[in-house]
Amino acid sequence: MLKMTHLAKAYRTEVVETFALRDFSIDVKSGEFVAVTGPSGSGKTTFLTIAGLLEEFSSGEYQLDGVNVRGLNDKQRSKLRNEKIGFIFQAFNLIPDLNVQDNIDVPLRYRRLGAAERRRRVQEALGRVGLSARGRHYPAELSGGQQQRVAIARALAGSPRLLLADEPTGNLDTQMARGVMELLEELHGEGATIVMVTHDPELAIRAQREVHIVDGQVVDLAAAPRRVAAAAG
Amino acid sequence: MFSYYFTLAIRSLTRNIVLTVLMISAVGVGIGASMTTLTVFRAMAKDPIPGKSHQLFAVQIDNWGPQPGRANYKDNLQPQISYPDTQGFMNARAAYRQAAMYSTGFAVTPANADLHPFIVTGRATYSDFFPMFNVPFRFGGPWSPADDRDKSEVVVIGASLNDKLFGGANSVGKTVNLSDHNYRIVGVLDKWQPEPRFYDLNTNHFAESEMAFIPFTRAIESHVGNWGNNSCNSDTQEDGFEGHLRSECVWLQFWAELPTAADVQKYRVWLDNYASEQKRLGRFHWPNHTSVRDVREWLAYQHVVDDNVKILVLVSFSFLLVCLLNAMGLMLAKIMGRAADIGVRRALGADRGAIFTQCLIEAGVVGVAGGLLGLGLTSLGLLGLRSLLSESVGRLTDFSVGDVIIAVLLAVMATTVAGLYPTWRAAQVQPAWQLKAQ
Repeated sequence: MLKMTHLAKAYRTEVVETFALRDFSIDVKSGEFVAVTGPSGSGKTTFLTIAGLLEEFSSGEYQLDGVNVRGLNDKQRSKLRNEKIGFIFQAFNLIPDLNVQDNIDVPLRYRRLGAAERRRRVQEALGRVGLSARGRHYPAELSGGQQQRVAIARALAGSPRLLLADEPTGNLDTQMARGVMELLEELHGEGATIVMVTHDPELAIRAQREVHIVDGQVVDLAAAPRRVAAAAG
Repeated sequence: MFSYYFTLAIRSLTRNIVLTVLMISAVGVGIGASMTTLTVFRAMAKDPIPGKSHQLFAVQIDNWGPQPGRANYKDNLQPQISYPDTQGFMNARAAYRQAAMYSTGFAVTPANADLHPFIVTGRATYSDFFPMFNVPFRFGGPWSPADDRDKSEVVVIGASLNDKLFGGANSVGKTVNLSDHNYRIVGVLDKWQPEPRFYDLNTNHFAESEMAFIPFTRAIESHVGNWGNNSCNSDTQEDGFEGHLRSECVWLQFWAELPTAADVQKYRVWLDNYASEQKRLGRFHWPNHTSVRDVREWLAYQHVVDDNVKILVLVSFSFLLVCLLNAMGLMLAKIMGRAADIGVRRALGADRGAIFTQCLIEAGVVGVAGGLLGLGLTSLGLLGLRSLLSESVGRLTDFSVGDVIIAVLLAVMATTVAGLYPTWRAAQVQPAWQLKAQ
């Protein structure tokens, strides 16, 4: 599903070149739930933005669902992102002047689906996260947990092949975080491929596999991931 | 997607009302100022006789010779001509149509004793005047060339004079008393107001067209006086009406209709020959100096569009530019304030083109709103001008449907152009950076 091989990402200034990722390889199979952990500044979010086609990489190869993304132009990358990837952000990133339904509708608009199909998908996604009654509410009228559920509904509405979650519970209290995590596990149980970046070892341990990044490199893609996770914890 | 982007634009604009009002005001004030001056300029500069302006020619000939230090025009030609030359030109009939003319006026004594005598403006001219200038008739028509020849006491009256004297009824065949002479009405004009009044620009460029037209020959016979400009070379003045006719004083206008370029060329040659002939006769003692100018050239030569108006248009459009730069700055601030939203949209599948289109439509909505505000301000500006300017110039400040369309289109185009940079910046938003910064 997601395969990066010897991938590097360098940020260059006139005097210095800094590698956010180097010789980075990872292979996430379809239907896997992978937790990506690592200290601050290790390159977790850079990995996620490259995986989500939000950022270009400097060298190496990246195949998303069998498509080699190197050399794709902005339009092709945007189309691929829209069709294959669902994002869940730590800060929810809902658009404040759109209500819940319209927020979920955003990726469907860019896919140019018909009105009836969009409506059906929005309702289905809302039902999936248990917020059918909140469709006309605005983000500011919802709790943090509800906002994150809306963000998950937005990610689900496009029926993506891959869900990328960046600290999805980072802005939530324990109870809300538990609810969101259970929802992600439920989605994984239904066959979704999920890559979740997290600082939280307790969340990481609930993933099927854990990938640890230090200084832009994968430290271990262990066949027995729990030991790596425990060591990290 | 247009309706979606339009809805987003409305939502975005209503999110920050103050900023939106500022942007719309900046565009509206700029449009209002520029359209006010542009409306006046366009009215002044418009073609008064579309479709024919390139076939009608004002004719000039130098009958004074070089006038060092005294010439009003750079080319040392007078804008009017003398009576002897009008007769030379008319008798030659070198053009397809031609008419000498001068401005005059009459005291009208109504047959209805309830009405007091009143003054109307008039014009003495030839029968060709009417077909040459496409003058529309409500009743009857122009007098005939025979009437020119026979110095007939006939008249063509204007629609408002006909309304006043005859209640708007067909008055052809009736008599009207003009300055103690009875004239038989042969035609009643329909509404006719060439703007500017190109055929005689000597007094007011935008004067109303005359109310009574009589044959030139009759006017001369009856010693009907000139109400227009009269310029005399001090060497050539003579006393009395007959003396005035013989003099080299210039007080008449002369127009020729020359349908083709070949006709124009032939006429120029003929005019040059005429000047040579006058030289041979001992009347002129200087090199031939003549001119034929079509209507457009004539209006430019006579500076119908005031230089001050041109400067005002330039200033107002510079002001529009400043307003648009302000609007651009505000738009940039607004769009950059939404960089996070743009980043989210990019993450959800919007390509740069989609973001560009969305922001450009928002700029267009600001443009339409600014254009509508500008229309209101233009109406106010024109209303103000009407109260400041003379009636004849104030009449030019009418705002047509075409002007409305121009104002809105100008606003939309200008705002869209002003919005290009902020929009381009929006499309360059790096979603990864925005989302990392959250």
